[in-house]
Amino acid sequence: MSTYAPYRRGSRDPLRGARGRRSSPGEWRWSDRLALAAAWGTGLLLCVIAGAIVIYMAFRGVQYLRPAMLVEHTNPSISQAESGGFLDPIEGTALLTLIGLAFVFPLAVCTALWVVEYGRPNWLARIVESAIEIVAGTPDIVLAVFGLALFQLPFMSVFSLKAQGGGVFGRSFIAAGAMLSLIALPPLFAATRDGLLSVPSHMREAAYALGKTKIATIRSVLLPSVRSNIAAGVTLGVSRIIGDTAIIVVLVDSLRVESGSGGPVLSLFKGTGPTLTSYVYDNSPAGEGGAPQKAYAAAFVLMLLVLGLNLLVSRFGRSSADETGLTAAGAVV
Amino acid sequence: MLERLRAPWSDRRAELTLGAVSLLVGVAVVAMIAFVAVQAWPTLRHNGLSFFGSGGDLKEQFETMQNAGPHPPASAYHFRAWPLIWGTLIVTAPAVLLGIVVAVLSSIFIVELAPVRLRRVVIPVVRLLASVPSVIYGLVGILVVVPFVLEHVISDSDKVALQDTVLLNGTGVGVTIVILTIMITPIMIALICEALLAVPNSWREGAIALGCNPVRAMLAVTVRAARPAIVAAAVLATARALGEAIMVSMVGGATNFAPRISDGLTFFLEPFRSVAAAIVDYHEGIGAPALKSALYTLALLLLFSAFVLSVGGYLIKLPMRKYQVRG
Repeated sequence: MSTYAPYRRGSRDPLRGARGRRSSPGEWRWSDRLALAAAWGTGLLLCVIAGAIVIYMAFRGVQYLRPAMLVEHTNPSISQAESGGFLDPIEGTALLTLIGLAFVFPLAVCTALWVVEYGRPNWLARIVESAIEIVAGTPDIVLAVFGLALFQLPFMSVFSLKAQGGGVFGRSFIAAGAMLSLIALPPLFAATRDGLLSVPSHMREAAYALGKTKIATIRSVLLPSVRSNIAAGVTLGVSRIIGDTAIIVVLVDSLRVESGSGGPVLSLFKGTGPTLTSYVYDNSPAGEGGAPQKAYAAAFVLMLLVLGLNLLVSRFGRSSADETGLTAAGAVV
Repeated sequence: MLERLRAPWSDRRAELTLGAVSLLVGVAVVAMIAFVAVQAWPTLRHNGLSFFGSGGDLKEQFETMQNAGPHPPASAYHFRAWPLIWGTLIVTAPAVLLGIVVAVLSSIFIVELAPVRLRRVVIPVVRLLASVPSVIYGLVGILVVVPFVLEHVISDSDKVALQDTVLLNGTGVGVTIVILTIMITPIMIALICEALLAVPNSWREGAIALGCNPVRAMLAVTVRAARPAIVAAAVLATARALGEAIMVSMVGGATNFAPRISDGLTFFLEPFRSVAAAIVDYHEGIGAPALKSALYTLALLLLFSAFVLSVGGYLIKLPMRKYQVRG
């Protein structure tokens, strides 16, 4: 592989090794020196900004977060002392993550398998790939209003609450979960596809030579070998789901978890409720409630979740062929 | 029935099943465009292309639409979205331009300059910045940056000069540009780093053999060869910036005011509202048909620009094959 990766451990860059012959920046043209300084500056600035955000959130989190908040339900109250904790938002986040994953996992993995392993006719596979690219480029707020229009259709009314007059609100955990699954689709699809593409073809050929069918090969050879890619994709998808606000605010947000009608499980899915992101939004000065302390505390919990997922991604990502591990972060299709 | 499912699948059945699931993605995209377009139609029909124009007070128009009731008269659909479009443009363009510069420089830093130890720090940092939820950026913006701007940047004379038009409360164009830049730069860095790494090493070695110093070789050869990737990254970042709703709604000020360049530097302190933020801000009134149609028209506009950007990004990526650069 002739790619340029001077920092890889163990590979000595011949240009770096020849220390004696290297010019020092002092002799360079002023424009080059400026570029050097600017590159160092921006690189360090990034670290400073990220550090500042993390440290500030941690500081505020430790200042305002009380363990009781994690297990107390949210109460409708103007007074800070009585408005309760954020158990409801945590439940909402967990529920939406589950629903979103239940939708996106089969969809993304099956699509990646079909595109890579079958992909006939070719034009159809290209269309499916472009469709995923369009989904990746669609702003979440557009997905939110699309979900609203979709779940307000009369025959979709079983999935959400109904108004007194028979009008359909189109807001429910199911509706939000379905739209969130579209947000998680591109990273999970890309991770699975890239994993499948990097499986060497001789593994497939060996399986075929043993008389396995294509689907049996997928099941017993390919899926086990791309497990870490799928895990990384799922983690990225989950961090997208728990970090999204626009879809939540439009499609499911309410003060506390409210159940709809129907059976015990269905009623929960048909209900509405807050998530950590919408709780932060609602309690910030931008929302109606002016409770910045609660917003900081919930944002700290959210930040911890994101940091944890980040660590997971880098653990899964280490095994993939990605050189910087950065593409996983951008989740670029 | 269950027996049939449990038995080993034939290849044909598997292919059809997987293919059918894959087609769902295409169906979802078509449905999304169709649904949004159908809902947007009444506003588009009543306003035509002058929807994109300016004229009248946007706040009044929103209120008329909201109060028009379940069967709004044709006049209630009157809507001129230019202040929102203008608000989107004035934060997206500077943020993307600023982002390109920062992203290229930090990619050079990551790929070429940073010592190994520092690189091990910077890469997770970029990844972290990419995955911080937008609501946290918004929260830090509205609770830290906005009060700071209100205290230390906005002078009383600024407030007095604009007291008849708009209230300067710290939110506005400048703060939004800065935070938006921080939000979109990590994606660009990821793409540009990958492209820089994909440029054949021998090209840069050749430049150094001809007497270039490492930075000049990087700028003159490697970054030059990765230009298509830089444009592609900018396109992607633009798409992300256009669609950012929550953060812009929080720190942008959420007023229907269109900031005026003629105000000089105060321009950066003036509050505004973007297309995406308008949908978030007014979604609660979506029960009113006129307002609903207007919001869906804004969504259609976002969808259309995202589509144009992704087609543009595809066209820009084509020359990369000529360079034999992957990405």
